[in-house]
Amino acid sequence: MNCRVLLAQIEPTLGNLSANLELHLGQIESARKRGIELVLFPELSLSGYFLRDQVAEVALAREHALLAQLCERSRGISIGAGFVERDSDGRLYNAYGFFEDGRLLDVHRKVHLVTYGMFDDARDFAPGERFRAVESRLGRFGVLICEDMWHVSAAYLHFISNVDALLVPSSSPGRGVSLETQPGLRSVQTWNRMQDALALLFQTWIVYVNRVGSEDGVLFSGGSRVVDPFGRESGALATLEPGSLEVVLRDEAMHRARITTPLRRDENPWLVQRELERILGQQSS
Amino acid sequence: MGTLDIQCDLVEQLLVRFLKSEAGKFGFQRALVGLSGGVDSAVSAALCARAFGPRNVLGLRLPYKTSNPASETDALAVVAALGIETRKIDISAMVDGYVLQQDVADRVRRGNVMARARMCVLYDVSAEWRALVIGTSNKSEILLGYSTQFGDAASALNPLGDLYKLQVFQLARHLGLPARVIEKTPSADLFEGQTDEGELGFSYAQADALLERMVDQRYGEEELVAAGFEREFVRRIAARVASNQYKRLPPIIAKLSERTVNHDFRYLRSWGR
Repeated sequence: MNCRVLLAQIEPTLGNLSANLELHLGQIESARKRGIELVLFPELSLSGYFLRDQVAEVALAREHALLAQLCERSRGISIGAGFVERDSDGRLYNAYGFFEDGRLLDVHRKVHLVTYGMFDDARDFAPGERFRAVESRLGRFGVLICEDMWHVSAAYLHFISNVDALLVPSSSPGRGVSLETQPGLRSVQTWNRMQDALALLFQTWIVYVNRVGSEDGVLFSGGSRVVDPFGRESGALATLEPGSLEVVLRDEAMHRARITTPLRRDENPWLVQRELERILGQQSS
Repeated sequence: MGTLDIQCDLVEQLLVRFLKSEAGKFGFQRALVGLSGGVDSAVSAALCARAFGPRNVLGLRLPYKTSNPASETDALAVVAALGIETRKIDISAMVDGYVLQQDVADRVRRGNVMARARMCVLYDVSAEWRALVIGTSNKSEILLGYSTQFGDAASALNPLGDLYKLQVFQLARHLGLPARVIEKTPSADLFEGQTDEGELGFSYAQADALLERMVDQRYGEEELVAAGFEREFVRRIAARVASNQYKRLPPIIAKLSERTVNHDFRYLRSWGR
């Protein structure tokens, strides 16, 4: 995998699908002209985030004409975009579509719905039930939608399934302005530390794409970022402002990291499975 | 450095962006602030001046006949420092038309009438000037309920609502507001000799230190007492915070139908914007 990726740090309009689609198409065409192979948008990039009762109103079946437009644009450039998915059984998911070669190649449904503090995901969405790598022509990608990344097990599963990169679309509100922290938003620093740590421990690329803009006074923080398999920042966008960032993800970085420190070779998932079964068995008895 | 100390440059950046973004969604590029001569309205006006440009901000001075003349002087100092537009509308006739005719003697009631008269004028001029009314209520007064419902608490956007009073002072210094506005004793100036801290019976320093732990850090009563706060003070503040919840929420609607506004009709103001 050597992949020229563009992080599109956009400001979606809440619940306005057509305006957001236009925003996506503009970014995609501009990326295509620049020779980008993969353009990534934030979580719920087509719908906006704090939808509440709009969730059902903006939900799209996978065959929906609006998604077909993204399929159409995905010839020659792969696209990751967030939307509310309506399944045939009526369940609604916080979903991230991976569009490639004229089709909706794969969809990840957010597993860890964030339902505490200012968030109410589980009020409006059904949880996803799997972490499966996207088999793109560009490489194997593990998608973690925002809160999914806070559960180390999710990134671990992708580590074990040998992904080339973790793609992390997010709608993270900026918060924490105390002088006691490092300069900048506390929440942004927390995300950065987590990305650095997971990239280091799982020796993989991490591509974090966060949105900007305000929804009723909640300011999404942006600060989209790429971390290499050594846990070093390869590039980052400013906080709070729209922008785009181009980064080339290279296989050789992961190979070098894993030669220096062969964590994947020495990881023992069977041991993890045995111990998990033992621990969970004891807890349930 | 205490837990209440904020990164003023970051807060300024966030609040300017907040004002621009939220006003812009509704098609507004102008702001209206009632200037009392105090630090809160000065900070709100300063943030608006940065967000919209000074010429797109109107600071309304709304004195009553018993208002302290120093309030007017201080409000004009803010106008001069920021270069914003200003207008003076005396609310005495408007207020007296009611309180004298109805013989309202109670000073709290009179103060509330003044605060609501100011709100009426602000909202009327906002229609004339095609501007949004920008709030000046800080987190301390919102939590303590130290405001008039539908009066000074009324606004379209409130940039100060998540800043304690001590943090508003920090931001005021950062924004370079006139020292006289920052250094004077906080007062609603609704009757002679009124001061916030005199009326509340405690200082903002005491209240903010407690509220920050109680609200932001979710300390319980025992933890607050262990942290050095007087139990009586903790209970008093906690009771104030709870009993004033009505001022922070829209009116209660009786649920009758299958779908009711504010119960299960859930949309942001940013709906579609």
